[in-house]
Amino acid sequence: MTASPGPAASAAIAKAYGRVVRRRAVLLAVLGLIAICAFMLDLGTGPSNLGWREVLRGLFDAGALNGAQSAILWEVRLPQALLALLVGLALATAGAEMQTILGNPLASPFTLGVSSASSFGAALAIVLGIGIPGVPQNWIVSANAFVFAFIAVIVLQSVVRLRGSGTDILVLCGIALFFTFNALVALTQFLASQQALQQLVFWIMGSLSRASMDKVRLLAVVVVIALPFAQRAAWPMMALRLGEDRARSLGIHVVRLRFMALLRISILTATAMAFVGTIGFVGLAGPHIARLLIGEDHRFFLPASALTGAIIMSLASVASKSIVPGVLIPIGIVTALIGLPVFFSLIFRRQGDA
Amino acid sequence: MSDELQVADLSAGYGSRKVLAGLTLPSIAPGTVTVLVGPNGAGKTTLLRALAGLVPATGGLRFGAMDMLAATAAERARVMAFMPQFVPQRLALGVLESVISALRASPAQLAYADAAAIRHAAIEILLRLGIADLALHSFDRLSGGQRQLASLAQALARQPRLLLLDEPTSALDLRHQLQVMSILRDVARAGGTVIAVLHDLQAAARWADLVVVMKEGALHAAAPPARAITSAMIREVYEVEATVEDIGGGDLHIRPAAALR
Repeated sequence: MTASPGPAASAAIAKAYGRVVRRRAVLLAVLGLIAICAFMLDLGTGPSNLGWREVLRGLFDAGALNGAQSAILWEVRLPQALLALLVGLALATAGAEMQTILGNPLASPFTLGVSSASSFGAALAIVLGIGIPGVPQNWIVSANAFVFAFIAVIVLQSVVRLRGSGTDILVLCGIALFFTFNALVALTQFLASQQALQQLVFWIMGSLSRASMDKVRLLAVVVVIALPFAQRAAWPMMALRLGEDRARSLGIHVVRLRFMALLRISILTATAMAFVGTIGFVGLAGPHIARLLIGEDHRFFLPASALTGAIIMSLASVASKSIVPGVLIPIGIVTALIGLPVFFSLIFRRQGDA
Repeated sequence: MSDELQVADLSAGYGSRKVLAGLTLPSIAPGTVTVLVGPNGAGKTTLLRALAGLVPATGGLRFGAMDMLAATAAERARVMAFMPQFVPQRLALGVLESVISALRASPAQLAYADAAAIRHAAIEILLRLGIADLALHSFDRLSGGQRQLASLAQALARQPRLLLLDEPTSALDLRHQLQVMSILRDVARAGGTVIAVLHDLQAAARWADLVVVMKEGALHAAAPPARAITSAMIREVYEVEATVEDIGGGDLHIRPAAALR
């Protein structure tokens, strides 16, 4: 006890903490700006000669582009770029919440079998033509993917209900789901015709090429509804990170908190995966990078994760269009091939600092 | 209304495994420090967690006018704070933030005017524990003892009338052990009821008003230190031959000689 504790010391700490909070707010704003830039870059990238300058003019002035250019912008570029952005927001938020409720930085919709389940749903539709009755033909794959992702999360949720909210069992159950659904996907691949197999493999790789404004609208609604609820749970989620006994002794209903988080995770993941297929990396890396940048103050951590996810997806979309000119490489492949080395270099550089 | 803690015929356990069977304690008065001792696996932590409402329990458990077993978690959180034995290590949250979130996350909000008042209260706790210099440090980079102090700060910030602590000093150096125990005495002096699990019998003798000795899920003895901590008790409960010597001022000197098996 060297310094004499007193009002001066207290004020100094409050001031220093205020600086930390302001720095986070600034970082968040910077991430937002980068996300906008990445989105614009994505809009301005593509096989047809339509740079971001033309795109910008075309967006605000209907007469600036000719018919073909306008069609490319409004029917190809914009839906794809918006879908990339929204999928990034959705998957990274889902990953962040999952890592918090499981207290495990390795948790993500991908590692707990949710994306495997949605692949199996898609496989059923593509290979065997099995779908939900009444769903229009061009939505059948998405609908199946959604339903199966949702089923996977409901299984995870019932584990929480039945066996209490211990995280070990939940993780084990997620791994079991992962292997089960992967085996089922392999089985359908084995049974598939040549043509269906090709289609399925392409779906599983994850791609933005099936983007449409309808899908963008639907995912936007889901994101706009889910994110504020996630944000509202920021304080209890932080308390949960202090330990389950601590959170419960504070009077927090931990089982309900986990349940509601899983509900948000399932809807976000299932909707995103239904439209773009399997994209594993964003849900893991978005929150991780956000945690390195901003820490786990969930008021900032959640939006930072979402924005980082959006940036990753937009940049991956740019790369998928520009690595091989004229060819749209499936974005799932790009996120893995380019994203992972970047991700690891970030982790290792950070550990070098410590 | 007096904050007496009454434990009568309390049973608790995990699923089908009963750890405590029909435990009854003498009523524990406010303004006192009670220390739970006993060998590993005696049920000390389970008793403490049952008092905190973290383990399913049956029987009688009252604190003042409140029936703790019937109360909701939020109602309990209004009067009680719990310090768990383990603190997460991999956590990118600052010490001050952790204390603030213990105040703001709870549905049982204490009466603070605004966020600035909460922040101020949290800083005061850190100053009191002498860890204000760690306020902005992330948990990732703290030592075991520092994490323990931060965890204690989260509990103390709740201004509990009933403070439950599971081995609060196990990772602390000598100076901080002294400091923490005297803070617990301060809490008692201000009218709080403090119940702590400790392994150190000498510390128990020095700081406790009441020592509860547990063995195999049952009460072995509950008495003031000088009567509870005896060589006979140590032989029966710990199966260790030891001499216990009163060295004055309420302090005991305990010298273990040999394990009996």
